[in-house]
Amino acid sequence: MCVKMYEIVKAEKLTPDVTRLEIAAPKIARKAKAGQFIMLTVDEHGERIPLTMADFSAEKGTITIAALEIGKTTRQLGTLKAGDSLFSLVGPLGLSTHLEEFGTVVCVGGGIGLALMYPVVRALKEAGNRIVSIIGAKNKDLLMYEDEITAVSDEMFVCTDDGSKGHHGFVSDALQKLIDEKRKIDLVYAVGPIIMMKVIANLTRPYNIHTVVSLNPIMVDGTGMCGSCRVIIDGETKFGCVDGPEFDGHKVDFENLTARNKRYLAEEETSLRIFQGAK
Amino acid sequence: MAEEKKKSRIVPKKYPMPEQDPKERVRNFNEVPIGQDKETAILEAKRCLQCKPGPNREICKDGCPVEIDIPAFIKELQEGNLEGAMSIIREKQNLPAVCGRVCPYENQCEGLCIVGKKNEPVGIGRLERFLADWERNEQMHGKIETPPSTGKKVAVVGGGPAGLTVAGDLARLGHKVTVFEALQYSGGVLVYGIPEFRLPKEIVRAEVDFIKKTGVEIKNDFVVGKLDTVDDLLEEYDAVFVGTGAGLPNWTNLEGENLNGILSANEFLTRVNLMKAFRFPDYDTPIRVGKTVVTLGGGNVAMDCARTALRLGAGESIILYRRSDAELPARREEVNHAREEGVKFEMLAAPLKYIGDDCGNVKQIEAIRMKLGEPDDSGRRRPIRIEGSNFIVDCQTVLVAIGQSPNPLVPMTTPDLKTTKWGTIAVDAKGRTSKKGVFAGGDISTGAATVILAMGDGKRAAKAMHSYLMDDPSWPAPEAFEKGAC
Repeated sequence: MCVKMYEIVKAEKLTPDVTRLEIAAPKIARKAKAGQFIMLTVDEHGERIPLTMADFSAEKGTITIAALEIGKTTRQLGTLKAGDSLFSLVGPLGLSTHLEEFGTVVCVGGGIGLALMYPVVRALKEAGNRIVSIIGAKNKDLLMYEDEITAVSDEMFVCTDDGSKGHHGFVSDALQKLIDEKRKIDLVYAVGPIIMMKVIANLTRPYNIHTVVSLNPIMVDGTGMCGSCRVIIDGETKFGCVDGPEFDGHKVDFENLTARNKRYLAEEETSLRIFQGAK
Repeated sequence: MAEEKKKSRIVPKKYPMPEQDPKERVRNFNEVPIGQDKETAILEAKRCLQCKPGPNREICKDGCPVEIDIPAFIKELQEGNLEGAMSIIREKQNLPAVCGRVCPYENQCEGLCIVGKKNEPVGIGRLERFLADWERNEQMHGKIETPPSTGKKVAVVGGGPAGLTVAGDLARLGHKVTVFEALQYSGGVLVYGIPEFRLPKEIVRAEVDFIKKTGVEIKNDFVVGKLDTVDDLLEEYDAVFVGTGAGLPNWTNLEGENLNGILSANEFLTRVNLMKAFRFPDYDTPIRVGKTVVTLGGGNVAMDCARTALRLGAGESIILYRRSDAELPARREEVNHAREEGVKFEMLAAPLKYIGDDCGNVKQIEAIRMKLGEPDDSGRRRPIRIEGSNFIVDCQTVLVAIGQSPNPLVPMTTPDLKTTKWGTIAVDAKGRTSKKGVFAGGDISTGAATVILAMGDGKRAAKAMHSYLMDDPSWPAPEAFEKGAC
């Protein structure tokens, strides 16, 4: 096998369960746009998994990903150090975030979604929008990208489920409050766990606030060939990899997405058990 | 009289190809045909009459899309000159071990074989396979001569059968060729689509390595259209060949198709072949098949799916096809292999909808019986529903193998590349597209076909590209492509 050079230039833990990797990929870094993702394979026996880019820099020639360590592949990513390299890295894939001057955009992110949200917030800000960010996590130790997102936001709300920082409650509470205050909201952008995106979409629907969500279906090739990532949008089948990953949140069939993402739970547990046993 | 005499000496049947026993092979992913030994191959070669083509007579080599001089290589083999035989194949053929396995010989070379008129034709496919395997196993590639450089640079988009053929042919003419392949392994459908038991991936890798030795550079993990576009490539390369294939799965668009357990053939085969899910958990990519697996479709891909399902442990593997046995588009050999292995054929039946359980998993297909009517545009008799004949098939996995459409990424990102109403790239007889310097071939311009037809297409395009690069840079006006593919 030929040697691949997708070298990790920086590896760090953002929280005990989230690893951030900065990877040398000059070509991808030059072409990447906010909202796009990459597919990576850790080693020759590895699975191809999609990860939305948390950052990219044409100057440095690197892209950054953040992975929540829940399965074998993401835990393996957590063991990588600077100097290690990936077996395969493909990108940038998917459509980028639609950017224009909407007016006021409320960006809502939760958990690992915060890492993915950062380049989108930055791009929306650069496009001339007023940004209100609402970020949330279970507790203050699991909050990520707070400083980065603050730097590109005009207004910032922090929520924690346990009240250890900011508002005690969910990001949806904070959004509801803004709506109740009759704030002018031209667009809501939400990225995080499926349940969070579903709650946000349901919340904005009666107010007719256009809401964009970034979906995370299971993918295999990530280039439109297999349809593993198909999602139902307004009753129609779309491919998450080439038609997405961002869709109109009011049109997404979240129940179907939730069910489809459980397809390989048993196998995922087997892989993880063997991996942890070996460690 | 002389010919009469010769005929009487003909061994009527092909020398048998040893195969793994069906009972044994459905439990493994090893290749089904084991291959012939040298003595048998020479005996088989001696069944050849060395026919000369006549004005009104087509012979074997007229049926070969890549123009191998079949009588010439067989003659060398008859005389035991393996190296000589192989070098004749190599003159035209970039992927001999692949074609010796997956070509539909019965419709091509062997279909025109004169011996085959009254007996079984000479086993040309298995002779090619034998020689290619001998060359690879004995490391008899010989010295690869590097031709003088023309100074021209060519980009090939897609490392499948068409692209690899173009790359191999142009490298041999002295052009500097770079292949851009989206996946981590090269070979396109040869690595993601065709199963291990029909085409071992080690063999594809060896063939690709050989092409690399001729000076071709392959950039994997490179999605043209997402990284560089075709326009970007034209700034650096003198010509571009687009061979991005038909990778887009077709769906039935019936109610319930997004239930869990319903996969496109592409997803199923990609997981198993490219990602090696059949070796899970040694390999990380999972695959799951239920007790009963239903495959929709009747082509080679459908046969591959149904046979793979058995090897993954399915208790029952059923092919649901809307026409009858005679219309099955799959190669006869694949159909026979599938039957031997226990695949069941539910003919003249079409799905109506998928029925799921409470957790969103498919549990049944509702189908309907069909009868055959008048022939349609394809010449095959059109299937017609028999109203009221609905029936239910219990199943936990459904594989949708009803064809693939052209990959839209390159046309989408190359605005002045004209496409047809089928989504294929419009080309002329030389493989030229509406964009100067850009050629296309294989499934992206013909629609889903076979490996060898894509290679034949690549061969024609390579000739035209060589002529474009060296002598005649003229190009048809874009309007010539308005009416669609030629």
